[in-house]
Amino acid sequence: MNTVIFRTITPLIVAIMLVFSVYVCLRGHNEPGGGFIGGLIAASAIAILGMATGAEAARRALRLDPLAIAGFGVFIAGLSGLLSLFTGSPFMTSIWLYLELGQTTLPLSTPLVFDIGVYLVVFGTIATIALALEGEGEEDL
Amino acid sequence: MAELVPSAMIETMTAAADWVVVLPLVLCLMGAAATLMLRRSGRLTFMFSLLILVGVIACEVTLLLRVLDSGPLSMTMGKWLPPFGISFTADIFGAGFALAAAVVTLAVLVYAQGERGADDGRDGFHSMVLLLLAGVTGSFLTGDLFNLYVWFEVMLIASFGLIVLGGSPAQLDGAVKYGFLNFLATTFFLLALGLLYGLLGTLNMADILRVAPSANPAAMAGVAALLLLAFGMKAAAFPVNAWLPAAYHTPPAVISALFAGLLTKVGVYAMLRSLVVLLPASRDLLEPVLVAVALATLLIAPLGAIAETNLRRAIGFLVIGGVGSVLAGIAIPSLAGVSGAGLYVFHAILTMTALYLVAGLVERQTGETDTRRMGGLYAASAPVSMLFFALVLATAGVPPFLGFWPKLLLLQAGLAEAGWSGGLVAMALILNAILTLIAGSRLWAHIFWRSAPEGAVAPAVASRQGEWLRFGAAGALVAVVVAAGLWPNGLFEALRLGAPDLLDPARYVAAVGLAGGSP
Amino acid sequence: MEYVLASLVGCFVALGVYLLLSRSVIRMLLGLVVLGNGVNLLIFTAGRLTRGAAPIVPPGLDQPDGVIANPLPQALILTAIVIGFAMFSFLLVLAFRAYQSLDADNTDTMRVAEPVDAPNPPLSY
Repeated sequence: MNTVIFRTITPLIVAIMLVFSVYVCLRGHNEPGGGFIGGLIAASAIAILGMATGAEAARRALRLDPLAIAGFGVFIAGLSGLLSLFTGSPFMTSIWLYLELGQTTLPLSTPLVFDIGVYLVVFGTIATIALALEGEGEEDL
Repeated sequence: MAELVPSAMIETMTAAADWVVVLPLVLCLMGAAATLMLRRSGRLTFMFSLLILVGVIACEVTLLLRVLDSGPLSMTMGKWLPPFGISFTADIFGAGFALAAAVVTLAVLVYAQGERGADDGRDGFHSMVLLLLAGVTGSFLTGDLFNLYVWFEVMLIASFGLIVLGGSPAQLDGAVKYGFLNFLATTFFLLALGLLYGLLGTLNMADILRVAPSANPAAMAGVAALLLLAFGMKAAAFPVNAWLPAAYHTPPAVISALFAGLLTKVGVYAMLRSLVVLLPASRDLLEPVLVAVALATLLIAPLGAIAETNLRRAIGFLVIGGVGSVLAGIAIPSLAGVSGAGLYVFHAILTMTALYLVAGLVERQTGETDTRRMGGLYAASAPVSMLFFALVLATAGVPPFLGFWPKLLLLQAGLAEAGWSGGLVAMALILNAILTLIAGSRLWAHIFWRSAPEGAVAPAVASRQGEWLRFGAAGALVAVVVAAGLWPNGLFEALRLGAPDLLDPARYVAAVGLAGGSP
Repeated sequence: MEYVLASLVGCFVALGVYLLLSRSVIRMLLGLVVLGNGVNLLIFTAGRLTRGAAPIVPPGLDQPDGVIANPLPQALILTAIVIGFAMFSFLLVLAFRAYQSLDADNTDTMRVAEPVDAPNPPLSY
């Protein structure tokens, strides 16, 4: 797997996949896409990076422990549900904030935060598994 | 979007106080996530999870007081009207069990800190314990059958992680049996849910109560039989109990303690909720099966405990015997029967956890797991022997202890039952108590009372580090068991208020507030 | 159409049960997966089969126009698939690790936790 072609093209692919994963995650509210599939795409990007440069280098490139990223995902997903406490609604009720930005309106909402949480959870767990499988002989989890 | 309010949404405001239904769960989940992020921070992880647990217990005490005061409390996610949104509904039983589960988790966490000592928690132990508690709390508080399935799986994933923690060959062996059979059980549960959804078109518990009476009784009996099988496997009822004694003794004692207190109890609770509350007509059809399963579980489990020499395996059989008592209550669902079953679940959550924690103390002191090579421990540590003895009496149901009161209620229920089944169940309960007493006192005599066997090596001085935490956690839990047995008035008051809700769930349905009104 | 799917569910469940009755851990695992897929298909069938009408509310309306497919089963099945996949991968790793450390794929020879030749309990007391 360590051919020159693969190693040369990897940074390009990884960068495109990461950007595309964010795009897929953000369009997910009303169109096909969402945090789950976005996280999978991002995790595959990391897996490709791990294949090309080795699991250790991929871990260094991530900077953060992937499991901690997954934990953070669950945390902000939970937090997004808790926000509706302040609007007198039940748990997980969505809150919308429409930002007027000159020409366009930017709809921000708690489902978006939840979806980003899902993205991070999927990304973190799948990246953990992929990197554990790629780094042979290491302790898994 | 903001101006459009379809008729399927709740339009009234939700009081912030109603959030106590979901807060324990959210706290556990977010605590699990946060400890995962903190898992390299040593003691901080422990302190943080302790803080989370105290918060959970505070929420659950508030919830229990609220439910005792004003009946079941419900909240439906995301402002949808109940059959459309996922409901969380707490009644007195659910809230009480959730509180007991959080209390034993607290004890287990403190004990584990004493055992792990300098360990840095890198293996994610604290997150998995909190995740397990989230699964258990969710199962106790949810008002939706599919959601119950999800919490079962959350619990299962966390318990998988815990049972292989350390990865010794025996643990892997136990985990294979535990994992396969429990996954099979949840698959059966899912199968039953699929059929139920096809028959009724809903999985919300309150909505099921509304539509189930008009469904085809034969088909519903099939669903109920599948549910009985699935929850029976989860609860380790007799013919499908083999995984429990194969797995519970393999992980460290703290993890066994957590499993013994929480996992099988969720299984019997789900059975109580689904068969007695949701599908009473189908339960009546299945009554002979239930009686047979209860009788077999009650009688065979303590015999297994008598024949066993591995300490924690023997206690595993006692756990199964306790499940038999709850099944007896499900088999005779009179007011006394369900009260007894509920109180027994409460008692078993506390007592079984404490029993495994004390077994952990014993194993640590002797360095042995086999009772044949133990002996004379009374001289070395009389306090531990007292704790163990009190728990044996509590498990068998000897009068001043907590185990006596649910058995008394179950006996009353059995004797008041007109048919043949009641008398049989009552007899089995008494025999179970005698056999459990024999098994438990044999264990006690072998471990503590007899002189050390010939040729036994004097127990090496185990590391004293963390001893106070370990002993304190186990002792405090035993103190709770003893105190609850000596002053059971509060428990009986809770049962008096809570048990009628299981047999006539009108208040439960009203609390959920279905779209289109109550039946 | 329901009959076809119902028979398919039957086949899946029968195959799953057959594989589960094996002693080999890997076969049991495959059996669980097949059984799980059968159950997912059952939920799909139980949600009633409606063809050609996506469950989308047209713009400007509060509720769908006419009969639509039931959107709930897919949510249930998706949840079940994700959970089932997680369980499957865990059990696969577990089976592999058990094979490595116990040198056994046959459940009959996995007796570390429950020794076969355990001596009888003492008769005293």
